[in-house]
Amino acid sequence: MSDQTATAAIDIRKTSKIYGRDRDTGVVALDQVSLAIADNEFFTLLGPSGCGKTTLLRLIAGFEQPTEGEILLFGEHLEGLPPYKRPVNTVFQHYALFPHMTVAENISFGLEMLNTPASEIADTVKEVLGLVQMETLADRKTDQLSGGQQQRVALARALAPKPKVLLLDEPLSALDFKLRKEMQVELKRLQNETGITFIFVTHDQEEALAMSDRVAVMRDGLILQVGNPNEIYDRPAKRFVADFIGDINILKGKLLSQDGAQATVKLEAGYEGNAGLPMDVTNLGGEVSIAIRPEQLSFVAEAGAADLSGSIQHISYFGSGFDYEIMLPGGETIMLQLQNRGAGKRAYSVGDQAHIAISENSLQILAD
Amino acid sequence: MVDVTAAARKKVKDIDLKHQPGFSQIAWFCIAVLYAPIAVLVLFSFNENRSVTIWTQFSLDWYVKAWNNEGIQHAALVSLEVALVAMLLSTIMATMAALVTTRTAPYRGMNVAVAVINQPLMVPEVVTAVATLIFFAIIKQLTGISGIGYLIAAHTAFCVPFAYMPIRARLEDMDLSLEQAAADLYAPPFKVFRRVTLPLLMPGILAGAMLAFIVSLDDVIITLFVAGPGETTLPLYILGQIRRGVTPEINAVSTVFVGISVVLVSFIFLSGKDKK
Ligand SMILES: Nc1ncnc2c1ncn2[C@@H]1O[C@H](COP(=O)(O)OP(=O)(O)OP(=O)(O)O)[C@@H](O)[C@H]1O
Ligand SMILES: [Mg+2]
Repeated sequence: MSDQTATAAIDIRKTSKIYGRDRDTGVVALDQVSLAIADNEFFTLLGPSGCGKTTLLRLIAGFEQPTEGEILLFGEHLEGLPPYKRPVNTVFQHYALFPHMTVAENISFGLEMLNTPASEIADTVKEVLGLVQMETLADRKTDQLSGGQQQRVALARALAPKPKVLLLDEPLSALDFKLRKEMQVELKRLQNETGITFIFVTHDQEEALAMSDRVAVMRDGLILQVGNPNEIYDRPAKRFVADFIGDINILKGKLLSQDGAQATVKLEAGYEGNAGLPMDVTNLGGEVSIAIRPEQLSFVAEAGAADLSGSIQHISYFGSGFDYEIMLPGGETIMLQLQNRGAGKRAYSVGDQAHIAISENSLQILAD
Repeated sequence: MVDVTAAARKKVKDIDLKHQPGFSQIAWFCIAVLYAPIAVLVLFSFNENRSVTIWTQFSLDWYVKAWNNEGIQHAALVSLEVALVAMLLSTIMATMAALVTTRTAPYRGMNVAVAVINQPLMVPEVVTAVATLIFFAIIKQLTGISGIGYLIAAHTAFCVPFAYMPIRARLEDMDLSLEQAAADLYAPPFKVFRRVTLPLLMPGILAGAMLAFIVSLDDVIITLFVAGPGETTLPLYILGQIRRGVTPEINAVSTVFVGISVVLVSFIFLSGKDKK
């Protein structure tokens, strides 16, 4: 076989994990999941609680065995390899720092286990402490650190042995908002500097979009969609993905014609135009759900230039702009988001009749 | 209308035990019943007089006498030997038992195993004593071997559940993810145990060991049944002496006993307290 495409860092093939005896009586935490994660990628698993994110990480780390399927690390089968033989490190959700060791001892632990020479260990510890900006705290006991500092130590400890893949299970969820923003930037920088493949778990969609090269959206043990943040946000394939990520309007319409990934649709509210089409929607002539982001809508002055019209039901202020809730003729309501600055700004009030324009190419058909 | 908040506050007060009428009197009475005899015993160990009821003057004579009493010396050495060896063996066994009942995937019969380990606490000691006596008699007959080993074995056996309790409690409190983190960082199972599990378990093991030590040191019933000639432990010696009348010498020895217990129990209590 030729080696045309680069080997994936992690290749998950039709892998299932069932807790319990069998599919019917147990919990299906992962259901025939296939996923390839490229070397050097910042890859995020995004999904609600209980969708199987942690389970997937534990399968890669070796703490659980897949019920079926296989997992390859740079082309090598991981089956039967215990966690301590896998060149993969984990940043645990609650850090799991060794409380009886200092920061430096925590970080050197993995290197010691790999029988790295002492001088090299000292160098590496210094290096990774620098990487996470914790040089001054090397000799502290870990229970004398703040949450953010513990987080950094956990990162440093996992990076020190230079793993091929780093697994991060909601590492930022215990931090407050500001610190979390800082650490997002930091993590991204670390990934760039080290070139290690990161597999990051979160249930925070903003975090996922902000940090990732690619995102997999999960639900009930299934991967619903994989794509870069742009694709996930602008071209959600499924209703759940659209709903889970950001605010979105979902309208009823008819699929008029299709050509590959493009289609024309007619909204029940009147408008007819182009829309993106996911592969698994094929009911030509039938009813479909069509999504549009609130910020893709804008007000226009004349009825002639409008794609839709309706009456304003509710207006809410969110600091940098307003959300307008508008009732369309068919009875559906639609959300329009307008930033304070920019053209077309106009003061509307509740009860006003409004004319709405839809940006080009912003409709997306959803599969259920 | 009455003042609602005041009424509510009064209600809270009513529920709080400390404000029940007579509570503190009962509490003090109980404490007195528990500790007054010991206080008297300790007091009269320092009495210069031979009487254990009439105080004359402070002296350490009885301690000196006890220290020089060969019977007491011998009994103390036997007690120490038995208690130390039993403590060591039972703590090792209890640690292994605790690991196997908390650090393995749930297996059939795990709950039964835990029950079996704890059962000796529920069996009347005299039953265990008789059973042990008969069992050992059979072994002695079959092998012809005798010696202090039997006494140590008996003590080891009844110390295991005492050592097991704090060790298991500690293990259950310990987050599994620490051991997983160690395995994730390339530590094979034995290294995980030595570098992470064992150091973190140490306070539990120490508490278990001390508990075993005290229990062994204090034991009368099983020892009475199992101990052979020349294997008189301190409690047995005291028991023997008391039949001939109490002397303050016994008070002195008992006071030392109380001292050791207090020190060890405080240690267990404090070591359980640190690190949450
Ligand atoms: N050891 C286990 N035994 C039985 N069921 C389990 C076990 N671990 C996880 N599950 C179940 O498997 C499913 C997936 O769990 P998992 O921990 O992977 O979810 P998650 O996506 O990480 O959720 P969260 O965001 O809450 O951490 C859940 O329904 C959970 O109850
Ligand atoms: Mg999880």
